[in-house]
Amino acid sequence: MTDLLITDSVSKNFGNFRALNNVSIAVPKGSIFGLLGPNGAGKTTLIRIINQITMPDTGGVFLDGEPLRPEHIKNIGYLPEERGLYKSMKVGEQALYLAQLKGLSKQEAKQRLKYWFEKLEIGDWWNKKIQELSKGQAQKIQFIVTVLHRPKLLIFDEPFSGFDPINANLIKDEILQLRDEGATVIFSTHRMESVEELCDHIALIHKSNKVLDGKLTDIKKTYRTNTFEVGLQTDAIDQVTRDIKEKFEVLPATFKNLNDDVKLNIKLNGNYNSNELLSFLTSKAEVHHFVEVIPSANDIFIQTVKNN
Amino acid sequence: MNHLPLIIKREYLTKVKNKSFIIMTFVSPLIMVALILVVAYLSQINSDKERQISILDETGVLDGIFENTEHTTYKILSDISLDSAKELVKSREDYGLLHIERDVNNNAIVSQVSFYSDDSPSLSILTSLERKIEKRLEDEKLKINGVDIGKIEASKTNIDISQETFSGEKTSKVDSYMKLAFGGAAGYLLFMFIIIYGNMIMRSVIEEKTSRIIEIIISSVKPIQLMLGKIIGTSLAGVTQFAIWVLLGGILITVLTAILGISMAELQTPQQDLMNQAMQNADIGNEMQLAMQSFFNLPLTNLVIAFMFFFIGGYLLYSSLYAAVGAAVDNETDTQQFMLPIIMPLVLAVYVGIFTVIEDPHGTVSTVFSFIPFTSPVVMLMRIPFGVPIWQQVLSFAILGGTFIFTVWFAAKIYRVGILMYGKKPSYKELYKWIKY
Repeated sequence: MTDLLITDSVSKNFGNFRALNNVSIAVPKGSIFGLLGPNGAGKTTLIRIINQITMPDTGGVFLDGEPLRPEHIKNIGYLPEERGLYKSMKVGEQALYLAQLKGLSKQEAKQRLKYWFEKLEIGDWWNKKIQELSKGQAQKIQFIVTVLHRPKLLIFDEPFSGFDPINANLIKDEILQLRDEGATVIFSTHRMESVEELCDHIALIHKSNKVLDGKLTDIKKTYRTNTFEVGLQTDAIDQVTRDIKEKFEVLPATFKNLNDDVKLNIKLNGNYNSNELLSFLTSKAEVHHFVEVIPSANDIFIQTVKNN
Repeated sequence: MNHLPLIIKREYLTKVKNKSFIIMTFVSPLIMVALILVVAYLSQINSDKERQISILDETGVLDGIFENTEHTTYKILSDISLDSAKELVKSREDYGLLHIERDVNNNAIVSQVSFYSDDSPSLSILTSLERKIEKRLEDEKLKINGVDIGKIEASKTNIDISQETFSGEKTSKVDSYMKLAFGGAAGYLLFMFIIIYGNMIMRSVIEEKTSRIIEIIISSVKPIQLMLGKIIGTSLAGVTQFAIWVLLGGILITVLTAILGISMAELQTPQQDLMNQAMQNADIGNEMQLAMQSFFNLPLTNLVIAFMFFFIGGYLLYSSLYAAVGAAVDNETDTQQFMLPIIMPLVLAVYVGIFTVIEDPHGTVSTVFSFIPFTSPVVMLMRIPFGVPIWQQVLSFAILGGTFIFTVWFAAKIYRVGILMYGKKPSYKELYKWIKY
């Protein structure tokens, strides 16, 4: 798989403040790439550089192997976090205007808008003014405008903020579908559950530096701790617990379960593998629950940021 | 990609379709015309009022100078003391009593002239009375000193020095007044236009920030295109509004005056009356003829073309400054600190135009200021009626145009950086730093 977008050692200073320090990321074609980081880490600056709103001080950005040029604007769709629309303009006029700014002809734009308006069930909004819409409704328009010109690269900054769960799901499905149709998506958010759901690659930026990047599954593998969540049913709770503690390192468990008598997190230290643990457990009690503890994106985020 | 026409179209249409814009466009001429008519009507009522003025002349030299007019009647009192005259005037509810006191020492004819009334008398009446008395007393004194008034009247002359350049172009003082009137009107019109519509451009530039659409727009178009589009689109809306005002105002005034029967000629203020009186000595017919002649002596083609170029150029330059202010702030209340530096050069231009160009239209000061882009539109427009070489006009306009492009670029630069800082009021020092980004 080749990379659609590459930033090569991008740095950016605002006066004395270094907003980005040699940040290199590679966004594979057809992936959903999570751009993560705490507030003020430099994510938005990086996104603005990709959109050519600001220029990097040093380093280069490449789209499809070519250095970024003004013409590339029509290949990028950007939904910023700070977003709004002209309040006194009508929905249809405004969407047409924004689409034309992205290089679509008026007829083409009208056709595609019709398609999208029907798809998101907002066909009757065409002649409404933006100020008559709710925040979530306006966000739908913004989403449509972002994807209308079928860009190769879509950049969503907190796309779900302001949406109710139903609409958030709707938008999530649209993003996945766009990905399936060949678009590459950069996705910046603080909601780790949607990172978990959507992203196949992530990069973590912290204090202007990239501190982590790669395939989400690979990252999870490096962050696994060989810990297993175990739920057992037995009459001799104390005895079984003591036996396990003699052999294995045991951590308190917090998972929710219906009626297990013993709930434990068991960490394997290399002396045993998971099969040996399982057979030991089956010899002691009835095993109801046995699952490896996989670090969540949330855990990885917090751990990485704290360690840096 | 060139989005300029698209941006201009959107800016123009949103402005023109805006409800308050439409209301202002059609209500303003109504209000203006209504105001003019009310003033006209009021002054008509005022001058229609009949006044009676009683005159107690102790000297007797002023006989016959107080002639009754349409609105004023004079009652001459005689053989009555001042106090009883006052009583009489009060009981008759006259407008006032003019008392001319005899000089007992006889050195002069009159020692004191007083006017008694309930309220302070109108300035124009006092002036008119003074003029009448002065004239008669002057004549009296001349007579006493043995001067023949007829001879004085006969020796009154009116000179208009005819001027001619060495290359044969003729001009005169009346010509100069004509030129001044033209230049002044052009400069003043530009000044008004900038003040009225500059703010509109500024607000239009702030619009993207308040609606938070800025990042979407700026990721599609270059800021300089956006700036240019906003300035041109808003200006066109301004021109549309102005044209409608002039048209509607003209029609309304014509129609309403016809219906209400108010004669515009009666719309003269007392000041104008005084001026007319002062000018009565001069040969009015002659002056008019001279003025007409001067009008056709003006370099009209040059004037019209230069007016269009410098008006548009000057307006665009100042709009780009307003746009730069709009780019630097993110709401209208923060704009105040930047207003002064914009208005100052404009005011300076008008002052230079009025005080220097009149004195010496081709002197160093006027020439220099007609090249400085911030003052050139006004000063050059005032100079052109006096004849400015074409190369100077072209050069001055080129400087103006270049500066306009520069300020738009500058505004775009500020704008691009300005979006990164919401909700922060920038200082001049920060603005300087932004340009360097």
